[in-house]
Amino acid sequence: MYGSGEAQVIALRGVSAEFERGRFTAIMGPSGSGKSTLMHCLAGLDTVTRGTVQVGDTTVTGLGDAGLTKLRRDKVGFIFQQFNLLPTLTAKENILLPLSIAGRKPDQAWYDIVIDTVGLRDRLGHRPAQLSGGQQQRVACARALVARPEVIFADEPTGNLDSRAGAEVLNFLRNSVREHGQTIVMVTHDPTAAAYADRVVFLADGQIVSELIEPTAETVLDTMKKLDTPAEVAG
Amino acid sequence: MFRATLKSLLARKVRLILSGMAVVLGVMFVSGAFVLTDTLGRTFDQIFAEAYEDVDVSVAAKPKLAVNEMEGEQVQAPFPAATLETVRAVPGVAEATGVVAADGALMIGSNGKVVTSFGPPQLGGNWLGESDLVQLREGREPRADDEIVINKGLATAGKVAVGDRVGVLTLGPREDFTIVGVFGYSGDRDSIGGANEVMFTTPAAQRLMLGEPDVFNNIVVTAASGVSDESLRDAVAAAVGDDYVARTGAQLSADAAAGLKEALSFFNRILLGFAAVALLVGTFLILNTFSIIVAQRTRELALLRAVGASGKQVIGSVVLEAIAIGLIASVLGLAAGIGVGALLAYLFSTVAGGMTLAGVGVPASAVIGAFGVGLVITILAALLPALRAARIPPIAAMQDVATPDRPLTKVTVAGALVTAAGATLLFLGLGGHAGGNTLATILGGVLFAFIGVALLTPLISKPVVAALGAVFSGWVPGKLGRLNSGRNPRRTAITAAALMVGIALVTGITVILDSAKSSISDLAQDTVKAELVISGVQSGPRPPSFDPSVLAEAKKIPGVRIADGQYGDMAMVGDQHLFVGAMTDPAAMRQVYSLEPTAGDIDRLAPGQTLVSSGTAQAQGLSIGSTVSVQLARGEAQTYTVTGIFEDSPLFAGVSMVLPTEAARDFTVPKPIQGFIQLDPGTPVADVQPRIEALLADSPEVSVANLDAFIEQQTGQLDSLLMMIRILLALAIVIAVLGIVNTLALSVLERTRELGLLRAIGLRRSQTMGMITVEAVVISVFGALLGVVVGAGLGAAVVEALRDEGINKLVLPWGQMGVFLGLAALIGVIAALVPAIRAARINVLGAIAHD
Repeated sequence: MYGSGEAQVIALRGVSAEFERGRFTAIMGPSGSGKSTLMHCLAGLDTVTRGTVQVGDTTVTGLGDAGLTKLRRDKVGFIFQQFNLLPTLTAKENILLPLSIAGRKPDQAWYDIVIDTVGLRDRLGHRPAQLSGGQQQRVACARALVARPEVIFADEPTGNLDSRAGAEVLNFLRNSVREHGQTIVMVTHDPTAAAYADRVVFLADGQIVSELIEPTAETVLDTMKKLDTPAEVAG
Repeated sequence: MFRATLKSLLARKVRLILSGMAVVLGVMFVSGAFVLTDTLGRTFDQIFAEAYEDVDVSVAAKPKLAVNEMEGEQVQAPFPAATLETVRAVPGVAEATGVVAADGALMIGSNGKVVTSFGPPQLGGNWLGESDLVQLREGREPRADDEIVINKGLATAGKVAVGDRVGVLTLGPREDFTIVGVFGYSGDRDSIGGANEVMFTTPAAQRLMLGEPDVFNNIVVTAASGVSDESLRDAVAAAVGDDYVARTGAQLSADAAAGLKEALSFFNRILLGFAAVALLVGTFLILNTFSIIVAQRTRELALLRAVGASGKQVIGSVVLEAIAIGLIASVLGLAAGIGVGALLAYLFSTVAGGMTLAGVGVPASAVIGAFGVGLVITILAALLPALRAARIPPIAAMQDVATPDRPLTKVTVAGALVTAAGATLLFLGLGGHAGGNTLATILGGVLFAFIGVALLTPLISKPVVAALGAVFSGWVPGKLGRLNSGRNPRRTAITAAALMVGIALVTGITVILDSAKSSISDLAQDTVKAELVISGVQSGPRPPSFDPSVLAEAKKIPGVRIADGQYGDMAMVGDQHLFVGAMTDPAAMRQVYSLEPTAGDIDRLAPGQTLVSSGTAQAQGLSIGSTVSVQLARGEAQTYTVTGIFEDSPLFAGVSMVLPTEAARDFTVPKPIQGFIQLDPGTPVADVQPRIEALLADSPEVSVANLDAFIEQQTGQLDSLLMMIRILLALAIVIAVLGIVNTLALSVLERTRELGLLRAIGLRRSQTMGMITVEAVVISVFGALLGVVVGAGLGAAVVEALRDEGINKLVLPWGQMGVFLGLAALIGVIAALVPAIRAARINVLGAIAHD
């Protein structure tokens, strides 16, 4: 449940889902289906009124602010639709920010791999304002990856990108799962983007209604059509 | 458009409160000053009206010398008691009483110290019996010449009671009296306006307060029934002749109050000066707030333009907002000012005692001042951001980037020009090339310098902020904070500049006063050739004094070579009002002060002769042998022949002219106010000091100290002046702190999404607060650094200009300046508190979704 009193809107109801380690899972659903809320609850950004959320061996439910901060810092990485980089820091500083905050030293070998994979080596000294949207989102991806979190949550990561830049980012996310065993959960409403995932979970009206393994853009689109329920407006 | 503005204003009320606060504080200062002086002014009117209620007509001799309230109490010349008979013979006079009432009756309290009044007169006079105004509370009237009655206020302050034997210092040396009565005034008052009163028998009062028998200095006349005060006054005036002044009771009280009101208006101007500083700082703050708000509203304003609003309408919208804030702030400031004025008036009356405070009034000047200042300042400060808002292109509504970095060239050039103008004005003013407007030119120069430096600040903020922030670069939140403070150079600069103004003024004044102190102290060490100094601390208009016989006795102590006492007073010399001195031992003066003659002989002074300073000689066109007329506080004008001219010595600068010892009898205080003791070489100071202390037993106003302690005591007065100035300037600093809070609060709002992101990737609450705090500390230390540098520069310029006045040593108070920087860091931490808490409380999810 989400909100209370008169404004009570039930965003998620009796959702029970598992997202396997080392896999790329997409959450799909029409606007208002509760997909973003589900991800926020998983990531400890939002709290559930009933039930539990577990990330790795950490029970997220019931953690205080300090615990949640630690969880976000050590176990979770984020990629947002609005790149969300700090304008005062260079690309490199943005990438290393979570590690600096945690006071951890980056693993140099892994850092090099990440930088080369996102192809940003010659852009590291630039500030976000000097980078294109696709480059900024790749910086955001690198920032999420470099700390080697147990799971990366990506909220519409390609929402603000053109199709080519979006494809670059999605390829890069899929490779990090395939080659480096990273776990990624991505929320999207774009069937093409969902097709990059290993598994797609479909949400409607706060409930899981369907699931696809090894999806393609076509199968995703078909499933979506079948689910075609009237869209509701929810917070 | 009007509705859109109001809605937008209401939506931003929190951020506007802070900028409004700056105006409120400034307006409070202005209106508070007017309310205070108005209330006290009417209180004085009331006090004097009551004090002279029983007086229909008063007769006094024409004063020998006009003295204003800032210089001390007027000496009323004594006249023969026979005048009383002349007045009594005037038709229409029901009753005429001879009065002795003069300032300068100092009672020694039960603790052996003189009871002081800190300003109001210490009156000594003859007991005239009880009246509607004066009532004995205890005891009886004085019958013998060694009996006195005193007012209740004095009895309380001195902790003495009826039957006690107390010493009283008057024109003559200490004498002892028995208190036989204590009196109070109608309305259960213990004193009138805090004045201490000692009443003797008439002969004793004549001898002690006026210096000769059978004289009065005032006659109080009661009119027979049916005779108006004015006609009686004219009749009496005709009878006593031109040497006398006759005034009605109403005139008397108006004249008495007028003197005090003059002092009040001086005080008022000082308060308004500080209000001006506060408002200057407030202007910076409002300008900054509006700039930030316009930057944040770029999209909204662009949208207005896109849907057809004209540039003028956009300006109107911003200015309207300013008018609304200015109005509200003026009303609040006026209310707060009335409160503060009333509170200060109450405190004043409590400290002074014996005052029935007149009702708190709100003079028109307070209202006009409040609204004029509040509105004008706010609108002026908002004008620049409004013009900028009008230049926002409609396309900005569709673009993502809100505030592109504008180049700093224009503002830097403007800053350089304004700074140069300020420097030129300062040069003209300090160099004495400004004609008659020296003060205005200097103040204008300081103002221009502040504005100029504020305009230059964005340029220097980048490197300086980077250097300051380097301290924190090892710590991630610190580094982020430092980067944030360097993010918008204009915003940082103007916030820092607001703090700069207060700190620069404090630093500048500290530099000037410390330099003066150090120069005077060096000079005194070099030129005063005395091992011991007799002096006291002045706590009212009357300088402390002592019995001249002490010096004659001191001279007899083995090892004492010179014992010279100095008298001083204001006198009319020719047609100029000058400070003149006299010495108990003119022959020793040259040695004690290391004076050098420029003409004639300054080693001796016979009656009828005078020594003048070279400056006075030049100003008055005097040379050896010329004669000059001198009118002292008492007696008739005397003509003196110049027999010697001494070179102006900075330490002796106040004394324009030295008169023979005998002339001191006619000074307001006819007793020495300082004594200098020079010892034979090799005589231990410690041997002589206790013996002189013993001689001073009957002069409790003064004490004897060695030269170092004396210099310390004299220059110590500058310390209290400095303290007062600092307290008043603290307000300007408080406003600047509000500015920092405001800038940070707005920045936190602006960066909500960023803060959310940082929290999302693992920044702890405490780290978030640390980041905001570092930003605040960097800004405030930057401001303080600017202030210290600008202040030291201004101070050094003034000291340089005063070189000819004897301030020849520049002292930079490094320790103090360090303290200011430390304080600034603390200010930063305090200012960051609320914004940091707000930032730490940001809801992560809400912030990321924030648009």
